[in-house]
Amino acid sequence: MSEQEVKNLEEIFEARIARDEKIEPKDWMPEKYRKTHIRQISQHAHSEIIGMLPEGNWITRAPSLRRKAALLAKVQDEAGHGLYLYSACETLGISREEMYEQLHSGKAKYSSIFNYPTVTWADMGAIGWLVDGAAIINQVPLCNTSFGPYARAMVRVCKEESFHQRQGYEIMLTLCKGTDEQKEMAQDALNRWWWPSLMMLGPTDAESVHTEQSMKWKLKRKSNDELRQQFIDQTVPQADILGLTIPDPDMKFNEETGHYDFGEIDWDEFWQVVKGHGPCNKERMKARVDAWENGEWVRDAAMAHAEKKANKNVAKAS
Amino acid sequence: MNKDLYKYILGIADNSLILAQRLGELCGHGPTLETDIALTNISLDLLGQTRSYYQYAAKLAGEDKTEDDIAFLRIEREYKNVLLVEQPNTHFGHVMARQFLFDVYHLMLMEQLQNSKDETLVAIAKKGIKEVSYHKRFSSDWVKRLGDGTEESKEKVQEAINAMWRFTDELFDVMEADKVMIEEGIAVDVSEMKETYYEKVSELLEEATLEVPERKYFTRGGKRGVHTEHMGYLLADLQYMQRTYPNMTW
Repeated sequence: MSEQEVKNLEEIFEARIARDEKIEPKDWMPEKYRKTHIRQISQHAHSEIIGMLPEGNWITRAPSLRRKAALLAKVQDEAGHGLYLYSACETLGISREEMYEQLHSGKAKYSSIFNYPTVTWADMGAIGWLVDGAAIINQVPLCNTSFGPYARAMVRVCKEESFHQRQGYEIMLTLCKGTDEQKEMAQDALNRWWWPSLMMLGPTDAESVHTEQSMKWKLKRKSNDELRQQFIDQTVPQADILGLTIPDPDMKFNEETGHYDFGEIDWDEFWQVVKGHGPCNKERMKARVDAWENGEWVRDAAMAHAEKKANKNVAKAS
Repeated sequence: MNKDLYKYILGIADNSLILAQRLGELCGHGPTLETDIALTNISLDLLGQTRSYYQYAAKLAGEDKTEDDIAFLRIEREYKNVLLVEQPNTHFGHVMARQFLFDVYHLMLMEQLQNSKDETLVAIAKKGIKEVSYHKRFSSDWVKRLGDGTEESKEKVQEAINAMWRFTDELFDVMEADKVMIEEGIAVDVSEMKETYYEKVSELLEEATLEVPERKYFTRGGKRGVHTEHMGYLLADLQYMQRTYPNMTW
C-alpha cells in the first residue's frame, strides 16, 4: 500500500470513529489501534483471571453457606468475564496461548489491586464495594467504546460487576451492623483497600502516557483524575452510611467545587506494585504459572483424544 | 423430631457439602479457564443442594436451628459423608476420578429419590437431577479424554481410579436410620443399586480404555463418622469463622 493509500484509509477510519460507528474485526484499522486494543483487552482479561485468586482464597472459609455460594458465583462470573475478554481479544489476531505467554513471562500486566492480600473475611466486602466500584467507574464508559467486540463484552461484564458491588457493600453493611469485633474488621479492611482502590484508576493525568490517544479512540471518555474524583465523590457518602472512616486525614468536602478534596496518593507504592514488587505479585504469578504447567498433561490429553476421535470419524466416513 | 429422617437427610447432604468444599479449593488453579468455570459451577450446584437439605433438616430439628449450625457446628465424628468425597485434590486426574465415581452414584440416587414418599426430598431430587446429569456428563467425558488421551494421562487417571476405588463400596452401605426410612418408603435402598453401579462404571472405564480395578479390598467409615485423616483439616477450614466468632450474623 502506498503512503497515500494508508493515509486515505486512516482518514476514513477516523471519520467512522467520529461518527460513533463501531469498528469490527474484519474492518481495516491502524496497526497502533490494533496493538493498543490487544494490550488493553488482554490486560483486562488477565485482571479477571488473577482477580479470582484473592477472592478464591476465602471460598473454603466463608462464614455462612449463603456467603459461600455468593462468593463461588462471583468467582465463576469473573472466570466468565476473562473468557469473553480473551475471545474479544482473539478477534484482533492474537491467540489465547500467546496472551497467557505474555502474562506468565511478565510482559503483560494485570490490575495492580490483585497484588494485595485478602487477610480477613471483611476483605470480601471491601473488594466488592471498593475494587468492583472502581472497576465499574473505569468500565461503564467502555460499553460505548469504538471497538465492537470489546464494547459488547463490556455490556455483560458491567451488569454482573454492579451486582457484585452491591453484594460487597451488603457484606460491609452486615459487618457494620454486627458486633464491635465485626465493625473493627470492616474498618481495618477499608483502611487497607482504600488507597489501592484509588490507585486502580491509574496514574495522574500528567503521568498517563496513553490518555490522549485513548480519548481519540473513545477507549477513554474521562481522564484518570476525573474518574478518581467521581469514585471518591460516590464512595465517601457510602462510607458515612456504614459509619466507617476513610483513612485520609485530608479528606474534606469542598463547598466551592462540590467535590471531596483528598490527600496525596503514595505513587512510589503504586509503581513498586506495578513493577512486580507488591505484597503478592510473586504468589499470584506463581499460582498462575503452576496452574498452567501442572495442567499441561491435561490439555495434551484433551488434544490427543480429540484427534483420535476425528480420525475415527474420518475412517468411518471413508 | 423424626430423628431417623434427620439422620438420613444429613447422610445425603454431607456428601454434597464436603465435595463442594473440595471443588472450591480448586478455584483459579485448574488446567484451563473452561475447567475452572465448570468445577466452580459443579461446586455451586452441590452447595445449593446442601443448603436445601440442611434447611429441611434444620426445620425438623426445630429450636431455631439453621443450615449454618448444621454445617459449621458439628464435629468430625458427627459428619456422615462417605470417605470418597473427602479425598484430596492431588491432581486433575484424582479430581475427575473422584467426581466420576461419585456422580454415577449420585445420579442413580437422585433418580430413585424422586419416588420418595417425602415431598420435600422429591422436590430437591427433581431440581438436583438436572444438575447431577450435567456433572456426570462432564466427569465421564474427562475420564474418557484422560483415559484415551496420551500415555501419560492414561497412566495418571488409571492411578487415580485405583486410588479412589477402595472407597466406592461404602456408597452402598445402609445405616440403621436408613433402614427405618426405607421401610417407610422415604429413603432409597442404595444396597440395591450396587450391581448396576459397578456395571455402569465398568462400561465407561472400558470405553475410556482403562482397567476396571478388582472388587476386593474396600475401606469404609465415613457413614459412621469415622473419617480419614483429611477430614479434620477440611473442617478446620470450613468452620474457622463460625468457631472463632460464634453467634454472629455475616
